[in-house]
Amino acid sequence: MNAPPMEAEESAPAPTQRRAGSMKRRLGWLGSTLLTTGVTLLGLLIVTFALGRVLPTDPVLRIVGDRASPEQYAKVRQELRLDRPVPEQFVAYVGDMVRGDFGQSLVTSNPIAQDIIRFFPATFELATMAIVLGVLVGIPLGAICAQYANRLADHLGRMVSLAGHSMPIFWLGIVGLLVFYAQLGWVGGPGRLDVAYRYSVPAVTHLMLIDTLIAGEWDAFRNAFSHLVLPASLLGLVALGYVARMTRSFLLWQLRQDYTTVLRLKGMSESAIVWRHALRNAAGPILSIIALTYAYLLEGAVLTETVFAWPGLGMYITDSLFAADIPAVLVATLLVGVIFMLVNIASELIQASLDPRSRSA
Amino acid sequence: MTTLTSARQWLSTDTPATRTQARLGASYRLLRRLLAHPIGVVGVAIVALIVLVALLAPWLPLANPIAQSLGERLLPPSAQHILGTDTLGRDILSRVIYGARPTLAIVAMVLLASVPLGLLIGAAAGLWGGWLDAALMRLADVFLAFPRLILAIAIAAALTSGLWTAVIAIALTGWPPYARVARSEMAALRQAEFIQAAKALGVSRLRLLLRHALPLCLPSAVVRAALDAPGIVLIVSGLGFLGLGLPPPAPEWGAMVAEGRAIVFEAWWVSTLPGVMILLLSLGFNFLGDALRDVVDPGVK
Repeated sequence: MNAPPMEAEESAPAPTQRRAGSMKRRLGWLGSTLLTTGVTLLGLLIVTFALGRVLPTDPVLRIVGDRASPEQYAKVRQELRLDRPVPEQFVAYVGDMVRGDFGQSLVTSNPIAQDIIRFFPATFELATMAIVLGVLVGIPLGAICAQYANRLADHLGRMVSLAGHSMPIFWLGIVGLLVFYAQLGWVGGPGRLDVAYRYSVPAVTHLMLIDTLIAGEWDAFRNAFSHLVLPASLLGLVALGYVARMTRSFLLWQLRQDYTTVLRLKGMSESAIVWRHALRNAAGPILSIIALTYAYLLEGAVLTETVFAWPGLGMYITDSLFAADIPAVLVATLLVGVIFMLVNIASELIQASLDPRSRSA
Repeated sequence: MTTLTSARQWLSTDTPATRTQARLGASYRLLRRLLAHPIGVVGVAIVALIVLVALLAPWLPLANPIAQSLGERLLPPSAQHILGTDTLGRDILSRVIYGARPTLAIVAMVLLASVPLGLLIGAAAGLWGGWLDAALMRLADVFLAFPRLILAIAIAAALTSGLWTAVIAIALTGWPPYARVARSEMAALRQAEFIQAAKALGVSRLRLLLRHALPLCLPSAVVRAALDAPGIVLIVSGLGFLGLGLPPPAPEWGAMVAEGRAIVFEAWWVSTLPGVMILLLSLGFNFLGDALRDVVDPGVK
């Protein structure tokens, strides 16, 4: 078999030099990534803190109610540290967030941290299922588009992927429920499980597919799957759009490189070039796009969950929203922001480890 | 007919007599290539149609989009009401058409804020390099890492004049891609002869940036803007869907989808048709942007 051509080899300096250089560069890269991460985190903290302070409602009044005595009011105000100067409040806020002390939710009257641990797995399950579907369909679709660039198959494939990420997901969810649940009856309706199973499955991981397996309840597993499949597929369609489109453009870039010309001259078929060589060389950027798409899906999940009554982070945000529980909304915002950030770093790390050239950038 | 032919000749000449003629000629050729692109022509048609209808809405023979008529609640699509009526008996066709206006206005506002901001920051970073470059691009990374929709939701929810503040939030998280594009173009141009010549002539830094460097970033910025627009459409309608958009009687697509949601099994048209418009507009922008990218810069297909 032809080994994938090593483009980087020709421009690489002598081995000893390279090692010294790459250590230094790698440290520099790590440093700048850590700096960006730190600044981003600070930015997120400042934004959420500021939003929490400029609320049109009085946070003290909301807790004590309007019949509280002035003493009670003053006491709560002190507990919330609102009598302190703003910089001090901010430092205390950062401390609370770092310790995981997020306050109490008005909706569930649990500590927000505890709520998030309970709600987040549902979002995780949904988004993970969606990205798996998006990748399994999206990469082949993008490769087909690249292979038949600017021909009918490419135009059709591009339209599908553009449709995928033009989709208002909340609307698609409604239409999906209308067609596949109400009309055809192929899938389970809103929620993660039918009521009948809700109390027979003990929550271990809060991931329904895994919990039902642990409990050994096959019917419940099938039921959970039938509830998950529609929202995950619809969200997966959005992921598919991004993945296919970026795969196509990365592959087209590869197909303009000299090594593909050589392979063509040696008589290799276009499909072998795309699937065996170009795809392998484009793996780094494609993986980093998958990571970014995953972060984007967490956002898409907010709207999907609202439609499917899916008890995840998105539902938690919107429920808190309608209960005017802005602190809970802000904590969830902060959390999604942090996940975003971590995924960004992961995507850069993946790219750097797969493609030595990108480390110098 | 003859004037049309001569106009076409005037536009496509290889030897333009004036700068205006050259510019118009370039746009004309671009438009022709766009219309010859199979995806591009669909995109142009969709976006042009929606923009045109939205602009002309007050002069079209439409029912009043906020006039309630409780006797005509939830009528299915018919000759009288082509797209049916909603829970308050309002004509959905009319509401769908008027609903294009706030969406398009917000898209325009976000782009008008984020594109110039991004271009200026990116071009300055690329042109001047050094620590300014490093600092500005780091800033771009920070804004890029903010979850856009969630931040817009949080801001719209926390503040009273929510939607307009959310517009600012969408713009604030929207500029970094433009800055990146402008910076990479500028970094390549920094040593170009015309830039050196302008510097040698003593052109001020600001003038160099605004008159010589920025115009060259415009084509790629236009492509990015067209590809950015669908995302803005989806965020705005998402906010509307969650009830964080315009206050009720105003027709807004996302809010209309939400209004019909509870009765979707009985009256499917109330919720689904406004959603089709969201999809169409965002699809149109995406088609347009994708084709523009092919047409403006055939090298990066």
